[in-house]
Amino acid sequence: MSENAIQISNLTVRFGSVTAVDGLNLEVKWGELFGLLGPNGAGKTTTIKVLSTLLRPTEGIARVGGHDVTKEQEDIREIIGVCPQEPSFYPFLTGRENIELYGDFHSMPKKTLKERVDSLIQRIGMEDHANRRAREYSGGMIRRVSTLMALVHDPKVALLDEPTVAMDPVSRRSVWEFIRELKHNGKAIILTTHYMEEAEELCDRVGIIDQGRLIAIGTPSDLKKEYGAEHLEDVFIRLTGKKLKEDV
Amino acid sequence: MRMTRLIALIKKDLKHTVREPAMLFQILLFPLLVTVVFGLAFGAMDSGSTTTFSIGVVNMDSGSEHPEWAGYFVGNLTSLNGTVVSSYDSNATGQVDLLNGNLHALVVLPAGFGASCNSYWLAPLDGNSWTNTTVELYVDSGSMIAGSAVPPMIQQVLLRTLYGETVASLDLPLTIGRPASVAASTFTAWDYMAPGMYAFASIFLVMTVAQTMTVERDTGLIKRMSTTPVTASEFILSKTASNMVLALGQVIIVFGASYAIGYRPETDITGMAFAFVIALVFALTCVGFGLITAVLSKSAEVATGLSFVFIMPMMFFGTFMQFGGLTQSIGAFMPSNYLTHALTTLFLRGASVTTLSLWTDLLVVAVVSILVLAAGVILFGKQIRK
Ligand SMILES: Nc1ncnc2c1ncn2[C@@H]1O[C@H](COP(=O)(O)OP(=O)(O)OP(=O)(O)O)[C@@H](O)[C@H]1O
Ligand SMILES: [Mg+2]
Repeated sequence: MSENAIQISNLTVRFGSVTAVDGLNLEVKWGELFGLLGPNGAGKTTTIKVLSTLLRPTEGIARVGGHDVTKEQEDIREIIGVCPQEPSFYPFLTGRENIELYGDFHSMPKKTLKERVDSLIQRIGMEDHANRRAREYSGGMIRRVSTLMALVHDPKVALLDEPTVAMDPVSRRSVWEFIRELKHNGKAIILTTHYMEEAEELCDRVGIIDQGRLIAIGTPSDLKKEYGAEHLEDVFIRLTGKKLKEDV
Repeated sequence: MRMTRLIALIKKDLKHTVREPAMLFQILLFPLLVTVVFGLAFGAMDSGSTTTFSIGVVNMDSGSEHPEWAGYFVGNLTSLNGTVVSSYDSNATGQVDLLNGNLHALVVLPAGFGASCNSYWLAPLDGNSWTNTTVELYVDSGSMIAGSAVPPMIQQVLLRTLYGETVASLDLPLTIGRPASVAASTFTAWDYMAPGMYAFASIFLVMTVAQTMTVERDTGLIKRMSTTPVTASEFILSKTASNMVLALGQVIIVFGASYAIGYRPETDITGMAFAFVIALVFALTCVGFGLITAVLSKSAEVATGLSFVFIMPMMFFGTFMQFGGLTQSIGAFMPSNYLTHALTTLFLRGASVTTLSLWTDLLVVAVVSILVLAAGVILFGKQIRK
C-alpha cells in the first residue's frame, strides 16, 4: 500500500480565467481524518472532485491510494467513497434501495450488503424511514442517506463534501461517531465543512484554504496555539479575514 | 463488466417505470389504452369471422300489380351470406334505426318496382318502353366497411332479382379467378391498424429514454455514479437492456390487449416469434434516438419537446396512421414503416416467415437500429465521460 492515502502536489485547477485551486500541496495518511476548511468558493469542492476522478487537474499531480487521478481512475474508483456536496439520489427508490444500489455498484455480496445496510440505517437513526421513497425525505434525511451511499462499501478513502450540512445535532453526532470508526479501521478521510466545532472535535488535522491556496495546516490545537486563539473559528476568521482585507 | 452492477442498474430503471405514474402511463398504460380504444372503435368483436350486415328494407310496392318482384328481391338479399334483413313500414322508421346505428343500410323499394322489372322482361331490347324507377339506398355513414361493402351487394342482389339464378350459372368460355382481395372484405379497419400499433407503442420509448437520461445527467447521478466502478458502457448498456424489457412488455401488452378484444392475426407461432424479434430490434432504434435526444437537450423539458422531432415523423409515416400518396414515399425513410410493413405482411396477409419481404424489412430495421444506437451510444458516452 502507498505510504500516503492522498498525495496532492502543486495541484492547480482553472476554469477559464478562474483559478479554483492554486498550487495546492497536501498529504493525508492512512488512518487520518483531514478537514478542509475555507470560505465559499475557496476551492474545497474542486479539490474533492479532482480526488474523485471527476475533474482533471490543469497542473500538478494528485494520487489516491498511490494511484494517479489522471491515469488510474478505475483503481481509484474501487477504493473511494464519495459524498458530493449536492446529494444525488434516485427519488423513486427508497432510502435503503439507494444505499444498496451503491453497494451493488461495488459488487458487494448480497448477504453482506443487506446486513451492512441494516446496521448502517440503524446507526444513523433512519430505521423508521428507510423504506420510504427518498422523494419524501427532509433535507437532513437525504443527507444522511447520501452519506451512507458513500460509505456503504467501507471505502479505503472517504471523500466527504460537507456531509453533515443540514443535519440536526443528534444526526450529526451519529455521523461523526461513524466517521471516527472508519478512521480507527485505518481508512483515510477528507471532509470539508463550515462547522468549526466539527473540525475541532473530529479532525486530526485541518487545512484552511482560501482562493485555492492553502494558508494554514496543522492539528486544531497547534493552529490555535500558533494564532493565539481560543477556538478554531477565531483562527479561521483571522486568517481568511486578514486575507480578504489585504486584497481590498 | 459486472453482472451485479448491470442487474442493479436495470432493476433501478424498471422500478422507476413501475413506481412513477407518468412513466407507467407513458410506457405501459398508454399502449394498452390506445390498443383497446382503437380496437373496439375500429374492429368488431368477431372480426376474425365474417362480418354481418343488418339491412332494412322498406317495401312500397306491396300493393301493386306485380308484388312478386319485391318478394324476389328480399329473398335474394336474405339468402346472401352475411346479411340480416328486417322490413320496415316506412322510410321514416327505417331512417331512425339507421341513425341510431341499428342498421348498416336501408333499401327503399319504390312503388312501381315490380312494374319496372316487368317492363324490362316484356321488351328486354327496347329501352324506350321500360318504366324507370329508382331504388334508394341509405348506408350508415358511421361505418367505413358498410360504406364500401353494401352498395356492391345490393347491386348484385338487383341483378340476381332481374335475371334470376341463370346469370350466375351461365356457361361462359371465360372464368374470372376470384381475386384474393375479396376475402379482405371481411376485415375490419382495425385489422389494418393493428400491425401499426406495435411501432406506435415503441416510438414513445424515444421520449422516456431521453427524459430519464437527461434527469440522471442533470441531477448529478451519472457524475456520482462515475466515482464508483460503474463504467459509462455499463451504464448505457443497462439503459438499453432495461428499455428492451419495457419494449417486450409493450409488445406483449399490445398483442394481449388486441387478442382480448377479439383480434386474431393470420399467423402461426413462428410468425409471432418473427414479429416479436423485429419489434424488439425496432425498439433499439428508439433507444438510440432517445440517447441522441438526451445529448442535444439541456433539460428534461427540452428533451420531451425535442423527442417529438423523432416521434412525429415515425408516427405519421410508419404506424397505423397511413395516408397513402406522398406520405408513402416519406415512409420509405422511416424505420417504423418497415416494422409495420412486416407485421402487416404477417398478420394481415398471413404470409409465412419464409417470405422474402419480411427478411428485407428485418434487415432494414436492424441496420437502422445498429446505426442509430451506435450514434446514440457514442455521443452520449462522449458527453458523460467529459
Ligand atoms: N464548473 C465550473 N465552472 C466555472 N467555475 C467553477 C466551476 N466549478 C467551480 N468553479 C469556481 O471555482 C471556485 C471554487 O469553487 P468550489 O466549488 O471548489 O468552492 P468551495 O470551496 O467548495 O465553496 P463552497 O463552500 O461554497 O462549497 C469558485 O470561484 C467557483 O465559482
Ligand atoms: Mg463546495
